[in-house]
Amino acid sequence: MPSAPSLRTTPLHSVHCGLSAKMVDFGGWDMPVQYSGIIEEHHAVRRAVGVFDVSHMGEIEISGPEAARLTDFITTNHAAKLKIGQAHYSGLLYETGGFVDDILVYKVADDHFFLCVNASNQDKDFEHICSANRFDAQVENAGERYSQLAIQGPKALATLQKLTPVDLSTIRYYWFKDGEVAGTPARIAYTGYTGEVGFEIFVPPSEAKRIWALVLESGAEFGIKPCGLGARNTLRLEAKMALYGHEIDASISPLEADLSWIVKLDKGDFIGRDALLRQKEKGLTRKLIGFEMRGRGIGRDGYEVMIDGVPAGWVTSGSPSPTLCKNIGLCYLPIAQAHPGQAIQIMIRNQPVDAVTVETPFYKRAK
Amino acid sequence: MYPENFRYTKEHEWVLAEGDTATVGITDHAQEELGDIVYVDLPKAGTHLEQGKSLGSVESVKAVSDIYSPVSGEVTEINAILADSPEKLNEDPHGAAWLVKMKLSAPEEVKNLMSASDYQTYIGAEK
Repeated sequence: MPSAPSLRTTPLHSVHCGLSAKMVDFGGWDMPVQYSGIIEEHHAVRRAVGVFDVSHMGEIEISGPEAARLTDFITTNHAAKLKIGQAHYSGLLYETGGFVDDILVYKVADDHFFLCVNASNQDKDFEHICSANRFDAQVENAGERYSQLAIQGPKALATLQKLTPVDLSTIRYYWFKDGEVAGTPARIAYTGYTGEVGFEIFVPPSEAKRIWALVLESGAEFGIKPCGLGARNTLRLEAKMALYGHEIDASISPLEADLSWIVKLDKGDFIGRDALLRQKEKGLTRKLIGFEMRGRGIGRDGYEVMIDGVPAGWVTSGSPSPTLCKNIGLCYLPIAQAHPGQAIQIMIRNQPVDAVTVETPFYKRAK
Repeated sequence: MYPENFRYTKEHEWVLAEGDTATVGITDHAQEELGDIVYVDLPKAGTHLEQGKSLGSVESVKAVSDIYSPVSGEVTEINAILADSPEKLNEDPHGAAWLVKMKLSAPEEVKNLMSASDYQTYIGAEK
């Protein structure tokens, strides 16, 4: 397929094409969906190690004396509680309580917060944050200054350790260190979107190709595979991590999305707080829940969910689970039915197919 | 790669016609584009198919795709191995992983389809 000239590319674009990756338009970016195959890449991450080019992800820097106040005003989680070198998952909401985006917030210094945001939402997020900035803080749309690689899987640490003097075993889950990878300044975070252990590193775009090649070389002894967005999706779904545009969007609140753990209503005022308080007071009408197919078929994004023949909700994501060898998915259901063990039917090409709601995450790595 | 004795459609099916019988499948290019195939839905033997109309569907990890019948006629046999081993379609789409055998009602339709070299030009241009 020709890539439309308007599609944006990462510094690794030619590398992906050289690896014969299948490329797709992902939110305006020409990105690899798979190299050797989604299932093979998925297993590489669960069993050994895989590397993803996630340089399309956006970065926004918030700095200045009131950086913490601005960050807390625009996000749902309690940014001021982060320690320097710590990160957390958070929500960027509209006044209505719906999501502008879901993001990671990294505290670099008392006066410096670093946000990692979804690629297709970067400009919207930046404008949203700027319009809310009534504080003594500067906001910078910094996506151009960073490339990001995700090295994920049980052999991620051994793969990356050979390339950095930073003792990776001292970085705790959802903490990060600024150091060097292959002699280049890098932010090394113990974070990921796969449900597996691993690291996400932010490096200068000019060094991305060299570091990608070194990571592949270093991981070769473990059977490292370059992994595309297809495996990223099946991995995050097994771990029940939300994907913007699927589980969450402007019409969905974090309470409905089963993300109340990132909402700190008692931290003080933030955008969307009043709407969430009202929603909590009135009671939720719908909630996200996981399901497994019982009948033959895969309930996919957008398919209608029925209970006793009556339309009840919709599927947000659905896929075969390569790890569990089941067909799994997430859907919204009325609150009264949004509990594990509920029999549902999913309309697959106009036919109701049996499924049942289940506990999530579908997959949890052994500690 | 693309057998000379097959005929091909723009929707990436192939047909091997011998007199008024035919074997139908999807092309190597199709399986490559689909990626890991996890389900194959085929019609029952005895079903009448129209050229260009739905024959069934294949589902990969990523998505569902319709398959269109390259010719008109009656399904005489479906490939039973695909129910349990859909991944065969990734491995041998022009051979062991054929989809259906048919009795043709209009054997001349095959002439409207692409030759191997035309098909290769077609998918080359699509890239």
